[in-house]
Amino acid sequence: MELDTLYQEVILDHYKHPLNKGLSGTYDVQVHHINPSCGDEITLNLTVRESKIQSITWDGVGCSISQASVSIVSDLLLDKSLDEAGAITEQFIELMHSKGTKEGDPLVLEDAVAMAGVSKFPARIKCALLGWMAYRDAADRIKQSQDSVDERGGSQ
Amino acid sequence: MSFDVAAIRRDFPIFERTVRGGKKLIYLDSGATSQKPETVIEAESNFYRSHNAAVHRGAHQLAEEATDAYEGAREKVANFLGAKSEEIVFTKSATESINLIAYSMSNAPSGSRFALTSQDRIVVTEMEHHANLIPWQQLASRSGAKISWFEVLPNGRLDLDSINAVISEDTKVVAITHQSNVLGTINPLEEIVARAHAVGAVVVLDACQSVPHMPIDVKKLGVDFLVFSGHKAVGPTGVGVLWSNQLEDLPPFLFGGSMIENVTMESATWAPAPKRFEAGVPNMAQAVGLGAALDFLSKIGMDNIFHHEMALTKYFLEKLQEIPTLKIVGPLDLENRGSCISFTVGEIHPHDLGQYLDSQGIAVRTGHHCAWPLTRKLGVPATTRASLYLYNQEAECDLLVSGIVNAQKYFA
Repeated sequence: MELDTLYQEVILDHYKHPLNKGLSGTYDVQVHHINPSCGDEITLNLTVRESKIQSITWDGVGCSISQASVSIVSDLLLDKSLDEAGAITEQFIELMHSKGTKEGDPLVLEDAVAMAGVSKFPARIKCALLGWMAYRDAADRIKQSQDSVDERGGSQ
Repeated sequence: MSFDVAAIRRDFPIFERTVRGGKKLIYLDSGATSQKPETVIEAESNFYRSHNAAVHRGAHQLAEEATDAYEGAREKVANFLGAKSEEIVFTKSATESINLIAYSMSNAPSGSRFALTSQDRIVVTEMEHHANLIPWQQLASRSGAKISWFEVLPNGRLDLDSINAVISEDTKVVAITHQSNVLGTINPLEEIVARAHAVGAVVVLDACQSVPHMPIDVKKLGVDFLVFSGHKAVGPTGVGVLWSNQLEDLPPFLFGGSMIENVTMESATWAPAPKRFEAGVPNMAQAVGLGAALDFLSKIGMDNIFHHEMALTKYFLEKLQEIPTLKIVGPLDLENRGSCISFTVGEIHPHDLGQYLDSQGIAVRTGHHCAWPLTRKLGVPATTRASLYLYNQEAECDLLVSGIVNAQKYFA
């Protein structure tokens, strides 16, 4: 059934048993993202240590696709550098816009390849991207604060 | 006259198609937009095919025919609402109609009863569609006026106990929905209109969910402004209606061709209503299509449509409530209740439920239904909504129920 290409076991597993759900007490950056068309919301905490992602924790409400996706993000990007995580994020976004023509590289995207079927359901792509967009926003803020520290350092 | 749903469905070509791999289309999303009968599709395309010309201009036969068709549609809308033709303004949507009122009020000269100041108040309700909330928030921010609102009780009704406090002496506008697009609640207008008029406020009625579904006579409602959209009343998209018997006192909002009386290089004066509010070449074919839509509904009879929907709503409410963990969000009784039925099903997110139902050919709406403050108030992130119309039937309810039960198994 067509529906099963959307609701892969992996997705339903992440939905029922989400990883890293529950916000950490400390973090470098906290972002809050909403999907205005459906009201899904997530808050995401990002902590980076020695140029590597040390933790991503999150909380939110939403459909199985959005919640599973952020669960996958919070696990997949751990221990990656911001550049590596950025490249993985771009691959995922490309997969989502593939209209079902791509399968995704399991060596890079791991569990996130289970989301490939979502790209055939245009109304759900935003659900799948919610957690990734929140991550990208958080990472951009960390990079911006690092850049401004570098600039201040350079001018002294 | 018995209500022949099968015959009515034959007038709607879309029901001949299938969806999602050969499944019969179960369309339960008429609250978002209704399907169109052949006569409406014909009227709209026939305008382009045979009569197309810019209305109110041109010295040729086509311009005459186009003008007759367009003004004929205005007369049909007026008759449908128990109004006069000059009280009907065509807009592109109900949303535009409400923005038109709010912006025209902004343009009212100080001292006019429509001009708002920081001393004034605008009253809305917690169950408004964004289209009848945000234009008033914006008018408040432009004018400095304050916003107050009626709260929604857990049973889906407005809390009217505090009516004299909410509609205070400084209230200038009361903007309220006739029927909630989420809860199905039909609001008690008589009491609200009486209080609003007692303090000198005008009442703006969002009738998007009522005009298509029940007989409406604007004289009996007693409101000052009424808006509805064509596409929810088996008409085309791109045409909305604004009714008021006080248009002469209101300055225009959109400026340009067709809405003027006289123009010099430095200034202009305005045509009488309704033309004053119809700048530019209007959506003519769509207005004509709306005329055909109202003819279609009138032929069946709005009383008959209302009673059909009520019987259907009763059936849906009873059957849906037999599903374990399904909770109706809105009134459970049929008194002052329309055919929008929103609900939650245990822990299944409405998006997932909607997706599952779609795979069975069942079209419902999920989310906050453009009434985000309401879903927040109700303490649910989103709901699933089945909204019914004249072409729906009990068998579709049975399929919805079995679809929901199967979704419960799928997501268990």
